[in-house]
Amino acid sequence: MSESVTSDRGNAGAVTGSGMGVDPSMLLSLRGISKNFGAVQALRHVDLDVPAGQVTALIGDNGAGKSTLIKAIAGIWEPSSGEKYWLGQRVDTHTPRDATNLGIATVYQDLALCDNLDIVANMYLGFEATKHDILDEITMELRTRQTLKELSVSTVQSVRQLVGSLSGGQRQAIAVARAVMRDAKLVIMDEPTAALGVTQTAQVLELITTLASRDIAVLLISHNLTDVFQVADRIAVMYLGNLVSSGPKSNYDMSSAVDLITSGTTTRAA
Amino acid sequence: MSTTPDSKTTTTATDSSRHELRQRLGGLIGSDVGIVPVLIALVVLIIYFQIRSSVFLSADNVTNLFIQGVAFILLGMGETWLLLLGEIDLSLGWVAGLSGSMAAIFTNVQFGWPWPLAFLAALAACTAIGATWGFIVVRLKLPSFIVTLAGSFIVEGLLLYILDHVFEGGTAPVENNVLSNLTNGSLTPTFTWIFVVAVVAGSAAIMIVRERARRVAGLVVAPLYRIVVKLVALAVLGTVMAILFNSNRGTFVPIEGMPFAVPLIFGILAVYSFLLSRTKFGRYMYAIGGNTEAARRAGIPVNRYRIYAFMLGGFTAGVGGLFYVSRLGGYSSSSTDSTLVLYAVAAAVIGGTSLYGGRGKMINPVVGGIILAVIYNGLVLTQVSPPMEFVVIGVVLLGAVTVDSLARRSQTLLK
Repeated sequence: MSESVTSDRGNAGAVTGSGMGVDPSMLLSLRGISKNFGAVQALRHVDLDVPAGQVTALIGDNGAGKSTLIKAIAGIWEPSSGEKYWLGQRVDTHTPRDATNLGIATVYQDLALCDNLDIVANMYLGFEATKHDILDEITMELRTRQTLKELSVSTVQSVRQLVGSLSGGQRQAIAVARAVMRDAKLVIMDEPTAALGVTQTAQVLELITTLASRDIAVLLISHNLTDVFQVADRIAVMYLGNLVSSGPKSNYDMSSAVDLITSGTTTRAA
Repeated sequence: MSTTPDSKTTTTATDSSRHELRQRLGGLIGSDVGIVPVLIALVVLIIYFQIRSSVFLSADNVTNLFIQGVAFILLGMGETWLLLLGEIDLSLGWVAGLSGSMAAIFTNVQFGWPWPLAFLAALAACTAIGATWGFIVVRLKLPSFIVTLAGSFIVEGLLLYILDHVFEGGTAPVENNVLSNLTNGSLTPTFTWIFVVAVVAGSAAIMIVRERARRVAGLVVAPLYRIVVKLVALAVLGTVMAILFNSNRGTFVPIEGMPFAVPLIFGILAVYSFLLSRTKFGRYMYAIGGNTEAARRAGIPVNRYRIYAFMLGGFTAGVGGLFYVSRLGGYSSSSTDSTLVLYAVAAAVIGGTSLYGGRGKMINPVVGGIILAVIYNGLVLTQVSPPMEFVVIGVVLLGAVTVDSLARRSQTLLK
């Protein structure tokens, strides 16, 4: 596994597109990803490795470029330059469908759930099971119940409940379960616990750990360093569009993490 | 259908008892508890008008009432396609008039087209108009309210122009038998019974097959009595209607049997309901209306579906226009009915469709349309002046929306 803890701003040189340094055992590898919106440089030469079966936390202050990087991975923005590698192979995600086809599922901060539809309908939105062009409600309901059980989502009474009547933690769980059910290999979560209370946060963190134990890679954006240090295996820090540091969690502690977030460098050794 | 979940939240005593009533009611009829206040209102109105005017429930008047309600129902169904997406089409009233006029004109002696061709042309024109509004709304990102408001003026002008220039005196009479029979013709009494029996038997078969499939798969099944209650209610309704329609309502010649309009509307209701509840198409409509962004992220082609909704709205209004002109016997430049589209929206909303999108079923404008027809018919029978008619309809609409809103608010909170 190629890992590095750099303590200087910016990555050492942009890697040219020959796949140098890309480990094929890494699920997702980004090399030299840059994105500008007109004059604004949102991402600068980002190198990132996301391994399967581990939780990688992407932390950084507001405006550091976390969401932009996520969207570049998920196919919503096309990077201005740089390459993406999936299991060592060069790939491109021009549209969200491309990303979904690869096995990337994104759980956005607003969850993208339809309150007026029930859990089953939301789980299958856009990918409904049909029999002779008629919705196959039975298959969908069975699979939904199975997935929720596998993920130990037990607080939901009936999969026919309207999503609008669920609590924040349950909605988050449904959004994640939706990703799992589509056989996602990489689940990206954008601030999953931001609006949740203590119990619900614990539920979601447990769900994240369950995902990792199923050999799914989780890329987690979070402001909450406590959550991060509780659940992450790896940490990657962004500062003003650069990925200034990444490595296993043991390389970091609260103070060095805060330093990196606020200034991009740290003089402390974890 | 799921078993109703227990309330997880702590509530006040009155909330709990209201919730318990809702639970029991929900257990009885299943999914849509919100329609109950509307049905109660309907029954109350019928009783009221029958007391005030004993001919209200006569065979002749009830038939009249249904025929009057057909336009409200069909236009309401057209409007529902748009309301589900949180849009609206204010041109549907004039589109209906255009459709009816075109059908009348083309089957007229002057053109002499066979009725299938004339109907097709009329419906195609309406669908095209709907597609035009949809295109403008989607491409230029303009609010549908304004686009279709402007559109209603355009269509009105076009319609009046056509009427003035095709015929002397600007009237398009209905000369074709088929067109006339849409509202004036009836099934024979035998076929009336066959129709009722077929509907009840068919519904029973579908419900039973579906529940059995669920039970076999091991899923939660609705209690048997719920199916029984629904079928019994349907059978009672069908029987009452059959008896009513089959009794002689003619004065000089015997007229018996269910008007063609009833099975035709039922057919459209069945097809549209199926589309909405059992196909991806319908699912996507609800999704777009509920959370457009979520639908987009799920890969649903939102813009395309929006245009489909406008097209379906136009098409359905076109069908409504055929019935409308059939009932009137013709269409003239004095048949100005700029309020027709508002009745369409009222029918949908009174029946329980939300103006904000994402909630509603095709049965809603049927119920709402019947209520409007009952009010309209009842007020005329009790000789209420036209100005007061408007006041009453307005009050009913306001009341219906309020009750419906309150009923649903408590539903989502305590679910």
